[in-house]
Amino acid sequence: MKILIIEDDREAAAYLAKGLREVGHVVDHAADGLDGYGMAEAGEYDVLVVDRMLPKLDGLSLIRALREQGVATPVLILSALGQVDDRVKGLRAGGDDYLPKPYAFSELLARIEVLARRRGPGAEAEATRYHVGDLELDRLSRRVMRAGVEIELQPREFRLLEYLMKHAGQVVTRTMLLENVWDYHFDPQTNVIDVHVSRLRAKIDRGQDIPLIHTIRGAGYMLRDSGRSA
Amino acid sequence: MGGFGKLFRTTAFKLSVFYFVVFTATIFLTLGYVAWNAQRLVYNQMISTIDAEITGLAEQFERGGTRRLLAAVNRRSRTPGASLYLITTRDGRAIAGNVEALPLALLEHVGQHHIQYERVNDDRPARIHRAVVRIYHLPGGSRLLVGRDIEEQQRLREVIWRAFGWSLLLIGVLGGLGGWIVSKRMLKRVEDMTATAQGIMAGDLDGRLGVAGTGDELDRLALNLNAMLDRIGELMAGMRQVSDNIAHDLKTPLTRLRNRADEALRRASGPDELRAALEAAIEESDNLIRVFNALLMIARLEAGNASELMADCDAGEVVAGVAELYEAVAEEARIPLRVSIGPDLHVNGSRELLGQALANLIDNAIKYGASPQDRGNEGIVVNAEARAGRILISVADRGSGIAEVDRERVLGRFVRLENSRTRPGFGLGLSLVAAVARLHGGSLRLEDNEPGLSAVLDLPQSGAVPASARPPSPNRA
Repeated sequence: MKILIIEDDREAAAYLAKGLREVGHVVDHAADGLDGYGMAEAGEYDVLVVDRMLPKLDGLSLIRALREQGVATPVLILSALGQVDDRVKGLRAGGDDYLPKPYAFSELLARIEVLARRRGPGAEAEATRYHVGDLELDRLSRRVMRAGVEIELQPREFRLLEYLMKHAGQVVTRTMLLENVWDYHFDPQTNVIDVHVSRLRAKIDRGQDIPLIHTIRGAGYMLRDSGRSA
Repeated sequence: MGGFGKLFRTTAFKLSVFYFVVFTATIFLTLGYVAWNAQRLVYNQMISTIDAEITGLAEQFERGGTRRLLAAVNRRSRTPGASLYLITTRDGRAIAGNVEALPLALLEHVGQHHIQYERVNDDRPARIHRAVVRIYHLPGGSRLLVGRDIEEQQRLREVIWRAFGWSLLLIGVLGGLGGWIVSKRMLKRVEDMTATAQGIMAGDLDGRLGVAGTGDELDRLALNLNAMLDRIGELMAGMRQVSDNIAHDLKTPLTRLRNRADEALRRASGPDELRAALEAAIEESDNLIRVFNALLMIARLEAGNASELMADCDAGEVVAGVAELYEAVAEEARIPLRVSIGPDLHVNGSRELLGQALANLIDNAIKYGASPQDRGNEGIVVNAEARAGRILISVADRGSGIAEVDRERVLGRFVRLENSRTRPGFGLGLSLVAAVARLHGGSLRLEDNEPGLSAVLDLPQSGAVPASARPPSPNRA
């Protein structure tokens, strides 16, 4: 995956680039808004990681300019501000996701991969059915089957599983779950998400030979068919 | 010169100069008007005197011809303060009267004239006087002149002008002196204030402006500024308190973080232990970041302006959503969480902030609200209802509650009550809830749930109060 980091703090950018290269991505770096705009304009990146406060051209203006040019590359905004209204402003300017600094690298990586996948093949039309291993979820009839047996889920559990299945094979962090399943961006103080996931896991994986919901240490969760892929 | 320059620039001095000009103009106009009227009056009187004299003389003339007229004129001429009389022959020779011969040409013109003349008969040396006269040609060719001296009128004018001059001088001196004294006094008080203000700026925060006790505008200003300084002082003390607390409370986890890293370096025998230590360190720093975020958020909310975030928002949906989010946690802690939500719970607010506030309250109730003997009985009750234009969202638990004396205090930042010290947390949760409530024009009340704590978010129903930090008002617009 080709990623452009537009960030004026060289140390932060180097840390980020190193981490992303380690997991196999191709990373370019621009140190100010104008350079970043010039590099992103051609639209050949899969994801842009844009700091909000940049010299020469600030992050939000840069995103707005790109969107006006018709560049649809997914943008992850990084910001030291991190308040609710800043998130709203960032998304309104055309950003696709927003991550306040300081962030955990695993969180950033998970979000980048979800963003890139959103653009990837097969993302145009959202599937109406998801399959992972012997687990099957029908979004229209809102039914979930595991190995041919129907599983009763609460509405919220259904949405949680739906999100996990949509991003099957990808790391999904607790914050991403809170944001996407509950639509809240605040700090929940406790391990609320863990409790919900473990309840879901009890319904999906209990009594099964192959667990599908995996805990990724220090990052979050991943739903995958461990029998098939690593 | 500097001192005088400063004096001249004072408002008081400028006002004095202004009043001086205004008074001078007033006196000039008043005296001018009086003088003009007085002169007119005197002049008219003279004219009527002349008319009366002429009527009298005409009577004499009619009764006894020229001779009787001459006798009358001679008699009248001698009385003190007499009018002016003169009778001449056709060729201008004086026959009778008290006026030296005048140019013949003048006497040829019948009517009223202003002339200059010399008085005769008096012992004093002759002096040029001014007079108003009337001239008649008598039958037989002689000329008659009757007039009044207008020298008095002249003197009256002089007196008035002199009075004007003196009053001008008096006003100048008194006004200047008064202005100088007032300016000096003002200047001194203002300079005292300036000195105090400079002292305060230099760091003497306890300095206060002097109050003369006269209740004048400077006193009122000084009193208000002093009240402002007191308020600033309180805020400064509050800030110092907060920053002390922050320093103290952040020091604890930072020290723990440092010690763990240190211990891991010294003791860890293998990569697994090092890894565990690093993970613990990351968790610790994440906690620190959360504290900073909470602090920043409280500061942002207390700064008051978040109208961008405010929109019509269904508090019922927020309560349901957050309660559902925490219900699983409560169940795991074996505390029942019951929720009841009434209709019409629209507020002008931020779903996100209200959600955060409610999450903090429920989280607190789960953490502190379970008493061992009660566990599993009543649990936590979340209730949301609209009542008289207010939306009341209460989170009630059956825990040990908060003593009445602590209820106000616990809303402050970093305040942790004794019985909660051992549990995780930083003492920011309720501060944040209170800040969110204030931002929505409402309040957070902590009440006794007998036993336990009932935390009540009291918010204005939608449309009641605009979304700004404003004290709660009971009426609904």
